[in-house]
This record gives sequence, structure tokens and C-alpha cells, in this order.
Amino acid sequence: MTAAVHLQDVVKRYGSVTAIHGVSLTIADNEFFTLLGPSGCGKTTLLRMIAGFEAVTAGEIRLFGDDIARLDPNHRPVNTVFQHYALFPHMSVIDNVAFGLKMQGIDLAARRTRAGKMLEMVHLSHFADRMPAQLSGGQQQRVALARALAPAPKVLLLDEPLSALDLKLRQAMRVELKTLQQETGITFIFVTHDQEEALTMSDRIAVMSEGRVQQVGSARDIYETPDNRFVADFIGETNLLEVDVHSVTDGRASMTLPGGHPLTCPSASATPGRHALSIRPERVTIAATGELKATVDRVVYLGTDLQVLSRLADGSPFTIRLQNAARTTIPEAGATIGLHLEEGAARLLAD
Amino acid sequence: MAGGDDSWRPLARPLLIPIWVVIGVFSLLPVLLMAVYSFLTKEFRGGVEWDFTLAAYDQFFVTRGLFGDEPAQIEWTYITIFWRSIWQALICTALCLLIGFPTAWFIATRPAQSRGIWLFLITIPYWVNLLIRTVSLKFLIRDNGPLNEGLMAIGLITEPLPLVNTNLAVQLGLFYSYLPFMVLPIYAAVERYNFALSEAAADLYASRWTTLREIVLPVVKPGMIAGCILVFVPALGAFLAPDLLGGAKTFMIGSLIDEQFKGSQGNWPFGAAASMILMTLVLIVLVFYARAASREGAA
Amino acid sequence: MKGVRHYPGFLSITVLCLTILYAPLIVIMVYSFNGSTSITQWGGLSLRWYGEVFTGPEASRFGQAAWNSITIALMASTAATIIATAAALAMVKGGRFRGRSASFALINLPLMVPEIVTAVASLIFFTTIGLTTGYGTILIAHITFCIPFAYLPLAARLEGIEATYEQAARDLYATRAQAFRLILLPLLAPGVASGWLLAFIISLDDFIITNFVKGAGMETLPTAIFGSVKQGIKPNIMAISTLMLAASVLFVTAAYLINRKGRQTP
Repeated sequence: MTAAVHLQDVVKRYGSVTAIHGVSLTIADNEFFTLLGPSGCGKTTLLRMIAGFEAVTAGEIRLFGDDIARLDPNHRPVNTVFQHYALFPHMSVIDNVAFGLKMQGIDLAARRTRAGKMLEMVHLSHFADRMPAQLSGGQQQRVALARALAPAPKVLLLDEPLSALDLKLRQAMRVELKTLQQETGITFIFVTHDQEEALTMSDRIAVMSEGRVQQVGSARDIYETPDNRFVADFIGETNLLEVDVHSVTDGRASMTLPGGHPLTCPSASATPGRHALSIRPERVTIAATGELKATVDRVVYLGTDLQVLSRLADGSPFTIRLQNAARTTIPEAGATIGLHLEEGAARLLAD
Repeated sequence: MAGGDDSWRPLARPLLIPIWVVIGVFSLLPVLLMAVYSFLTKEFRGGVEWDFTLAAYDQFFVTRGLFGDEPAQIEWTYITIFWRSIWQALICTALCLLIGFPTAWFIATRPAQSRGIWLFLITIPYWVNLLIRTVSLKFLIRDNGPLNEGLMAIGLITEPLPLVNTNLAVQLGLFYSYLPFMVLPIYAAVERYNFALSEAAADLYASRWTTLREIVLPVVKPGMIAGCILVFVPALGAFLAPDLLGGAKTFMIGSLIDEQFKGSQGNWPFGAAASMILMTLVLIVLVFYARAASREGAA
Repeated sequence: MKGVRHYPGFLSITVLCLTILYAPLIVIMVYSFNGSTSITQWGGLSLRWYGEVFTGPEASRFGQAAWNSITIALMASTAATIIATAAALAMVKGGRFRGRSASFALINLPLMVPEIVTAVASLIFFTTIGLTTGYGTILIAHITFCIPFAYLPLAARLEGIEATYEQAARDLYATRAQAFRLILLPLLAPGVASGWLLAFIISLDDFIITNFVKGAGMETLPTAIFGSVKQGIKPNIMAISTLMLAASVLFVTAAYLINRKGRQTP
């Protein structure tokens, strides 16, 4: 099967500054694909190149096999939901939704019908004759969605569409977007800096940093088996420790933690030497029998969870997350505790 | 996005052609030509001969007596006229600032609904023909005009105040002409002013007037400087107010230049030279302003 | 306890400011309805001077001057607005290009040169190239100095229009021309309108430059009024002034309302 979107060694340079360093990605048909990364990582630039708002310096962008990298935006069968919606302020809601159809030369009756259906889909039928300024942020968001979906694009691009909404609305829209994507069967490419958004909606996520794709995978993949230090640090909360790997045998690496504690963990490709080790705070338990010792600095109450801020023997900070359950014993500040690492809690990272 | 829009970029220069042609040919070129004229020789019927000379500038700055045979001395006549114009423009600027700042502040601190109305009231006179405004003022303050009649009727004065043809009248005319130029930029600055700064100052024991001096004035200074430029520059070259409200004693640059181009009494190279000197003065002020503005911007 | 926005005395100064600005205008308006032939004595309410404006001995002179003023203002403001619109599009949407700051300086040149200097320079220029001063030279001069006034509100409006509107249109299959005509131009319209109105009033208002480049026998309303006022302020001048005042107020109110309407839909 042909990929919906295929990027091959895409480069974007602004003068002497390189914003995108040869990105290659394949996005399957009917996939909810997210570009995730901090601001300035190049995710929006990449999206805008797919939409056609930015010229590609080098590389190919294929849409169901056709190279579209050099086409004008109006010749690409992809549509965009803009960050601040960009609803045409001088046109009514229905005219906004019908705009793309009008440009495609579809006659008035047909485009009114189609635009009406689109508004029905986003539950805004009775707002058809309003002006965009008369709608709330959430309603404008839906109009923007209906407008972009009306011409039945092959791929829908969404540029941080939820960032202007408040928390409750954002959470509701996540569910709605995911449902919409499944119902329409259209490939969604979603750009965000919000990892929770990415983790909850996406089939696959590409984590980006400094103009490069750091890792592509499902939410579970990138959270539980991060490839490198950036991904481990950016997604969720983690303890990053500098470790010395002595030897690798049978896919297991033996190493020494800061403070001298020995540890082995699975690793296919590690080589002896200094590496970063990631340990997720929720994969550690406090146990008197634990041989790894730490001193508690402070306990932070988070409601559902408790965060224990501690230090290992050499002084490197180490965070532990405990569930706030009745049976949990809360350690006191200054106490020395033993830590138990679950199998698979530690992951050795490439740099 | 920085750097504009890809689809417009190639059109930028073609779109600028009309403005380059029109302003280049009908504004820039004439000014350059005027510079050339200031070095030409005067012809008697009001015109020029194409002989290059410094005569116009010599006439402006140097005197050699009535018959031109005495040792060269500084000619004070025109320098005095320029000095008087600068002085009048400065006083006008100061007065406009004194009245304009409180007015702008007052308007900018009104509730949003009534602010528009106040601002509208201030801008209307700005849009009324300057000539008509000056004529109206002359009508109001002339010897047996409504102002003097009114003052005599309520017994404040017994004789009409001789206002027309005085420095005071010219001053009043200039002030009246350019006051809105002061109010508008200061208003814009005050509207952007963050009033939490005043509250913070008050919280830290500053009195109302200390807050004004230490916090408000420094913050809205760019608006005040812009207002001062907008008043000073046109006031310096003003023609209508001195011509209609003043007399021989209040002769200003505008009238001096105007006279050089009227009929056979005129002297075009001298008029061009006086214009060049006026433009140089304005340019100096603008350069100072640009430097002050960029310093404010950098700070 | 009053808030930090309050300063005692500022209200009085504002009232003083408005009094200074309005007193002469109100006085001349009131006296334009004076029935007496003497401008100093009040002779009851009358419209006789307005009648005089249209039928009196100076009626044809002022009529011709008004016609010249209005036709010149209409043509000059329209031409200036078209030129300024093109320039604003280039300056705001064209990104960084060589000659941009030079262009910016050029656009603002007519604002930086004192009016009397522009007047002198224009007269010298027209004389040198052998163009007879008259209606044509007034029109050329007016187009030139109206450009920056038309440019200012236009560029300000254009800067407030985000590029995403056009991009959204292009994304929805509009060609460049369609995106301009259907999206950018309607959004820019209030800026075009207020730029045009501004240029129109500025052209109608001008005295100094017109006085230099008008040539013998050609008059616009301000130069005609000026010539007449030199012999003393006659009541018919007050009537004409009041009419022009009313026209200005009407125009400004229109501009104000258009602008406010424009701001509601950014």
C-alpha cells in the first residue's frame, strides 16, 4: 500500500540557518500522526512545507506517490487547520466552510449542501449565518475543522489547533478530534508541543528536536523505550543518571550507578563506556530490602501521587513517584530509604 | 512569521515603482533642484540665470554696508528672523506640551466608551481647514471682536486688548494650529501605559506627583518627544498664523521665503537658500529625534 | 481615595484645551448667521450670507474655486490611495529586500520636508521643466503630498491582517489572485477608505503649496478665501468657512465610523 505522506531527506534552510536537517518520514493512510517537540524544533515548518506555505530547500514530499514539493498550496489536496483558525472575518460561518468548494468550482447548491453537512458533523448547524467574531473559541475551532474537511482532503494538517482553548475544552476536543479522524478515515498530521495531547490521540508520534526527528513510534514506544536522552527527558518525567558500562553479555549491560551501586539491564547495542541511564520515577518502589540507598530531601504532595525528592549516595538527585493510596508509607525528610527497581525500569540511552 | 510572505516577495519591487516615480520625480528631484537654485544668480524679473555663485548665502549671512563697499560684517536681519521663528516654535512646543499632556492623560484614562468621544472632540479641529481656523481666531481676537467685547462687557478691561499683529497673537495662532499634533501621540503612549506601574509606585510610598515625575513621564517620554517634533517642525516653517495674525515685527521664516517668490520684488536664489537653511534646521531636529528614538528603543 | 489614574486639575486643563480649540470655530459659526451688514454688530438671526455665497457678486469666483478644490481633491486622493496601496502591500508583505529602507524614507519624505520648502521646490521644478503652473501642476503636487497620508492608515491596517488568512485561502484552493481579491482586499477595505478620506481632506485643506504652484488666475477654495481675507473678514467668508467646517466634520465622522466598524472585525 502507498503511504499517505512520504518525506524523503527534506531540508529547509533560511539563508545560512538550517531549520530542517534532512527529515525522512512515512505516514500511513488513515493514520493519526503527531509531530511533537518543543517550540523551534521545526515541527511547524515541516507541516507548512507539506501544506505548501514554505518552499522545500531540498528533498521530496510525496502524497500518495506524487511528488508535491514544488506545487502551490492551492494545487495540493491537503487542507490545514490553523493555530488561530484564520477564519475569514468578513464571511459568515457557512461561507467560510464553503470557501474551498467554491474555489474548486463546485456549484452553489452542491456546496451549500456539503457545507451544511460539515457543520452538522461538528454540531454547529444553527450557527451557519453567524460571523466568526460572534462565536466562542471552541466553536471557531469546530468551524475551522469543518472548513478544512469540507473539500474532503486526502490529508488534514493541524497546526497546534487546541493551544488557544482552555483546559476543559481542550480535553473534550481531543476526544472529538480522534473520533472525527476515525469516522472520516482521513490521515491527520497533528503538530503540538503538548506531550499529553500527543500521547492521548496519536497512532504514532515523531518526536522532533533541532530540526531532526529523534524517534518515531507509538505513544507506548516513545514513553517506555526512548531511544535517546532528548526523548527520555522530553517525554514525561525521568531520572537521568550518568553510568559506567563495563561489559555487555547476552544482551545485558553491566554498569555502576553514581555512588557505586551495581546494576544490569537489557541492552542490545550498548558498548562499554559512559552512558546515560533513564529510570522513570513511577517504576521505582521504596523497600527496606532495596540495596540502592537514597536520602529523602522533601516529599511533594500532588493529589493522586506523592513525589519523593531524594539524593543518591554521591549526591545526584533522584525522584520517586508513589501512588497516594492508604497503604503507602510516606517517608520523612532526612530518612535513608532503600530503592527497588522493577525489571525493565531502567533504560540505557544512546546520546 | 519573520520576513513577510513568500508569494508577495517577488512583487515587492514592481509594486513600489509608482511611488518611486511619483515621489522621486515630484518631491525628491524638486528639493535637489532647489539646492542647485540656491547657488544661481538672481534675475531681476523674478527668475534665475544659470551662473553659479554663493551670492544668496552671502546675502543671508554677510553685510558690506548699503553700497557694498564696507568691510564684511555679520548680517543680523535674516538670522534674527530665523532666531525669532525658532524661539516662537519652541515656546509653542512648550505650551502645547504643557496643555497637551494633561489633556492626553485625561482622555486616555476615561472609560473605554467615552474615550472615543473625547478623542473625537480633540481630532475634529485638526481636520478643519487650517486657514479657516486661523481666520476664525483672527476674527475672535481682533480689537472689536467678540473676545474684547466680551471682556469689556463683563468689566475686566476698559480698552480693547491690542492682540492682532503682536507676537502673542502669532503665538496663540501657532499653539492653536498644532495643539492636536501634541495630544494624539501622547494619548497613544498613555493608552499603552501599564497603570500597574503607578500602583507599584504608590505601593512603595511615592506620592501622586512623585509618581508622575519618576515613573509616568519617563515611560511615556517617546510619545512626548514625537509630539514635540510634530509641533516644532511645522511651527518653524509656519506661514498662515504669522501672515494673518502678525505684523512686520513678527515676520517669520515662512513669510520671508514666501516674499522671495512674489512678483518682480522676488529673489529666487535667496528664497531657495533660505529654504535650504530651514530644511537643514529641520533635518538636524529630525536626526536628534531619530537618535533619541533609537536610544529609547534600545533601552 | 482616588485611583492612580486621577490627577487633580487635568480635567480643567482638558476643558481649557477644548475651549481654545472650539471657541474660534463656534464664534465664526454663530456670526455667519448674523443678519447685520457690519461684522461687529449682531443684527438678528439670518441666512442672508449663505444666500450671498451662492448668488452674491463673489459667487462665481468662489463657485469655480470650490469646483477646482473638489475635483482636484477627488482625483489626487484617488491617485494617491492607489499608489499608496501598492506601496503598502510591498512594504508590509514583501519581507526584507534591498531598497526597503530607502523606500520607507522616500514615502515619508513629503512629511519631513516643511510645507513651505515643498512649495518652493515644486515651483522651481515646474518652472525649470517649463510646465505652465495651473490646474495640472496643483494636481501633481497634491497627489505627491497626499501619498504619505493615504499610506499611514493603509499600512497600519495591513500590518494588522495576519498572513494566515491568505494562506488559508490558498490552502482551500484559491489562486493568488483569488486570495487577494476575495480575502485580502475586503479585509483591507477600511484602511483604503480611511486612507482615501485622509488624503481627500489633506488635499482640500492645502494652502501653502497650492498658493505657490497655482499660477495666475487659478484658485482653489483656500487660496480664494485667503485672497479675500487679506481685505478683511467679510460675512460671506464666515458662511463659506462654516460650510467647509460642516463638510470636514461630516467627513471625519464618516472616517471615524468606518474605522470603528472595521475594528470590530479584525
